[in-house]
Amino acid sequence: MELGKILLSTILVNNYIFARFLGICPFFGVSSKMETSIGMGAAVTFVVTISSIITYFIQMLLDKFSIGYLQTIVFILVIAALVQFVEVAMKKISPTLYNALGVYLPLITTNCVVLGVAILNIQEKYTLIQTTVNAIGASLGFTLALVLMAGIREKLVIADVPEALEGFPIALVSAGLMSIAFLGFSGLI
Amino acid sequence: MKLSEILKNGIIKNNPIFVQLIGMCSVLAVTTSVQNSLAMGLAVTAVLVGSNFVISLLKNVIPDDIRIPAFVVVIATFVTVIEMFMKAYAQPIYQSLGIFLPLIVVNCIILARAEAFAFTNGLVPSIVDGIGTGLGYTVAVLILGTIREVFGAGTFLGIQVISNPIGILVMPAGAFIVLGILVALFKIIMARQEAN
Repeated sequence: MELGKILLSTILVNNYIFARFLGICPFFGVSSKMETSIGMGAAVTFVVTISSIITYFIQMLLDKFSIGYLQTIVFILVIAALVQFVEVAMKKISPTLYNALGVYLPLITTNCVVLGVAILNIQEKYTLIQTTVNAIGASLGFTLALVLMAGIREKLVIADVPEALEGFPIALVSAGLMSIAFLGFSGLI
Repeated sequence: MKLSEILKNGIIKNNPIFVQLIGMCSVLAVTTSVQNSLAMGLAVTAVLVGSNFVISLLKNVIPDDIRIPAFVVVIATFVTVIEMFMKAYAQPIYQSLGIFLPLIVVNCIILARAEAFAFTNGLVPSIVDGIGTGLGYTVAVLILGTIREVFGAGTFLGIQVISNPIGILVMPAGAFIVLGILVALFKIIMARQEAN
């Protein structure tokens, strides 16, 4: 598959949030404010891209020693270590952003996007370049969904919503409507 | 706390899906059919009980600072066991759950129970808590799966029951909308019960 096609497909057609349901927890967790969603998107982009490249080489090692069944355990440990690294780096470089994202950064470890992209790259048998492009596309798609959602939720706060639907339920329904909108991209490829 | 209360807490009062709203990815993804929902529910329950059991046993051995990585390794081990088991004995379900089986590792419910319950409680309560939370998850995915399969595909466990299904319900959009409405309904029911 051409690289452009992979990129377009992961950002719009097979958006990781709206079509594959990966990364739903942070999607709803941080999408109530525009600023935090951009920060979270940036952090996820960074972690996903690096972890995909690293896991690509680790998979080669696993295959070499034919211990493929250890994939899940090894990958999650690598990701956890990487997230720790990003946390420390962010604390040093941008304390403001760190304060805003504080609680959610450790949660990137349990963000399915990171592990999901790593495993899908292996399953699709992507080359190193395709892996990188797929990772970037996936996280850009995730960021796009997060930012769009934040825009809607900032408006929802002042909207008159039935009491029972307030907060999380209405966010879910909005995400559903956005998912229908994203279906429109399916003819693109 | 009494054991029956821990069980009830997990299923109703602190239902991981409807009340705590965690572990959403797999819930939305696998509930396209009743069969997948049931398989996923059982897999999550098995991992929960196993990890709660081991973490409760090891709670005096694991240092506080590195407890999260330690939890993750324990959970990942159980997930791998379940994965291999399903691959060997239930190939079709293994195929249809796909990537969401290894992704149980990053299901927040399991880590949350390890952190909030098993790490500070005894062996028996931890196992009961695992069963309760797992059942709560299973009940939630079964409800969602039944609604989506019956009204979206017109079938129940593969047997046709409705002739004109609403196709959008089995698509990703349907998952979000049905879950949103279910959470709202659960909120109303809980509020009514508390008022009584």
